[in-house]
Amino acid sequence: MNGADAIVRSLQKEGVEYVFGYPGVAICPFYNSILGSGIRTVLVRQEQNAAHEAGGYARISGKVGVAVVTSGPGATNLITGIATAFADSIPLVCITGQVDSTLMGSDVFQEADISGACESFVKYSYIVRDAADIPRIMKEAFHIASTGRKGPVLIDVPQDIQMQPLSRFEYPEDVSLRTYKPTVEGHAVQIRKVMQELQKASRPLVCAGGGVHLSGAAPEVRWFVERYHIPVVTTMMGLGTLPTEHPLFYGMVGNNGSPCGNRAMMESDMVLMVGARVADRSIRQPELVMGDKVLVHIDVDPAEIGKNAGPTIPLVGDIGSIFREFNRKELELDFSEWTGVLNGYRTEVPAPEASEGGRVDPGAFIRTLSLAMEPDAVYVADVGQNQLWSCKNAVMREGRFLTSGGMGTMGYAVPAALGARLADPGRQVVAVCGDGGFQMTMMELATLQQYQIAVKIVVLRNNTLGLVRQYQHFSYKDRFSVVDLGAYPDLERLASAYDIPYLHLTDAGETERILKAFLAEPGTALLEVRIDPDETV
Amino acid sequence: MKRIYSVLVENRAGVLCKVAGLFWRRCFNIDSLAVGETDDPKVSNMIIVSSGDPRTLEQIEKQLNKKLDVIKVKTFDESESINRELLLVKIRCNRNNRRDIMETCEIMGATIVDMSKSVLMIQMCDTPERVQLFLDVIKGNSIVEISRTGTLALTKCAEPRN
Repeated sequence: MNGADAIVRSLQKEGVEYVFGYPGVAICPFYNSILGSGIRTVLVRQEQNAAHEAGGYARISGKVGVAVVTSGPGATNLITGIATAFADSIPLVCITGQVDSTLMGSDVFQEADISGACESFVKYSYIVRDAADIPRIMKEAFHIASTGRKGPVLIDVPQDIQMQPLSRFEYPEDVSLRTYKPTVEGHAVQIRKVMQELQKASRPLVCAGGGVHLSGAAPEVRWFVERYHIPVVTTMMGLGTLPTEHPLFYGMVGNNGSPCGNRAMMESDMVLMVGARVADRSIRQPELVMGDKVLVHIDVDPAEIGKNAGPTIPLVGDIGSIFREFNRKELELDFSEWTGVLNGYRTEVPAPEASEGGRVDPGAFIRTLSLAMEPDAVYVADVGQNQLWSCKNAVMREGRFLTSGGMGTMGYAVPAALGARLADPGRQVVAVCGDGGFQMTMMELATLQQYQIAVKIVVLRNNTLGLVRQYQHFSYKDRFSVVDLGAYPDLERLASAYDIPYLHLTDAGETERILKAFLAEPGTALLEVRIDPDETV
Repeated sequence: MKRIYSVLVENRAGVLCKVAGLFWRRCFNIDSLAVGETDDPKVSNMIIVSSGDPRTLEQIEKQLNKKLDVIKVKTFDESESINRELLLVKIRCNRNNRRDIMETCEIMGATIVDMSKSVLMIQMCDTPERVQLFLDVIKGNSIVEISRTGTLALTKCAEPRN
């Protein structure tokens, strides 16, 4: 047995099903060992997508996603994917090959200081110096990635260490890290304080962030709010905590959020911020949520509490565990009067309409798409106008909404959808992109086809980088600069080059019929939707 | 506001870089930094002096605690601790100013630890403020070079009163 065998054995011990990656000389010992291991490999077409695919897989499976690439450019290509996972607290273990340990530091061929480069957006990183350390490091890496505030862990393994003989392999049962003991259970005193404040409050509000999904706590949160009729708003990452049409859901907050959601935030007298960072896109002016309100901030990461807004009651711990505690208390509370006020603020969602010569309205299209999808489907939005139209209009039922919320990485949707589909092959997965983001990762069409992974891809085509164009329209008075996507590829021929069924929609009146045909395709299919470049969101 | 962070870290390669990188990335100040091994060779102690508003100072502590190589963070301010810096300075001297320099050293409790015909090397170990004061006083002479540690600090022996 050598170091590479030990890595593969460790992956087996962790129950890893898939490795997303790209080989190269420095990681060849690993890719040699993985043959016959039962772990399935997915060859991506560019390393960044390996991290996104592992991330999509992690978000749907609830397990740690694994990406394995080679040294130098392989490793540096992975960086954007790692940073994307870090910003959204997605558990990944990323293994990079490295040049021989005896050559490290001498700038040899395909050497890059990847652990140094990634330092500020990994939860932790290792450079393996001795193959005997591999079982311990692997055990720790999976533990660190998947506990506390989740996130990516990097393991850099020099080629000679992968080939170093190992006398015995013993996978540790437990992890003992004196520096890492994340808090799981909320402090009883703080929990009691929250309950006392809730009894005093007349207009409480739950603002749910991505942490709710990371903790798998949506059912607990739902039980809590339904019991007392507490209204709920979410950040972009928290979408799906409640179904869109749930009577207690009042939309997304923030500068791209719903007027009703933001108004609820303004008028509430108590906010329970749950697994949300209070970052600029959700809460533009943190002082407003602090001023006249009781702010309860619940997060597994103590450093998030008080970073952007000083809470009245900080509560550190796992959201699921804390809400189970909340739910154990019996309170006589009912906030129906307050939700009644909020109901008056709701605005009617415009029904899809075929206007002006069949122009496809992006928002209406997205709403129809989401309703045509299976109720438990996974909706993956890319970044840009498509993402904002999706947040505002997609009707979530029992499904999940994935997007790159923190980093806003264009090109995320297709690879993340691929990973999501592998995590749950029985579930419908739809990726919605703009034509800019799609062209960043359309090489993954090959990966989808090679492994016969069925993802429905929607490309909203306006031949422009819509959100930047919109920004230049408003902020630069229509001085459009470098947003025109010229030499636009013929997506029909592109799809046929990959042997992928292609559909297109140009007339809103055809929406339901085309969507039906599109979603009925058994494998991957591409739907191009022509929209007006002047549309704003 | 000034704050001192006494940080126990795993004595591993790259840890100093990770901690310093954290300060850099999050735009926290490092006014002074001193690192050394503790009685346990697997553990190093970093004394970091930083300044900022109360929220920043709290964030520094939390972000340090988040680092997986950090074992323990203790924070205190100057009044709660004994602080020392070590200064070594070479000064050019001649017959005219040598007496003066020696007198200044005597007043400030600095010692001359090496000399040649034209250069004196002075050592001073004192609080950061007094080290700075000494430097300001001797600045009139021509300084050849200076080596100065960051602040070392330990909380005072007496139990803090509540």
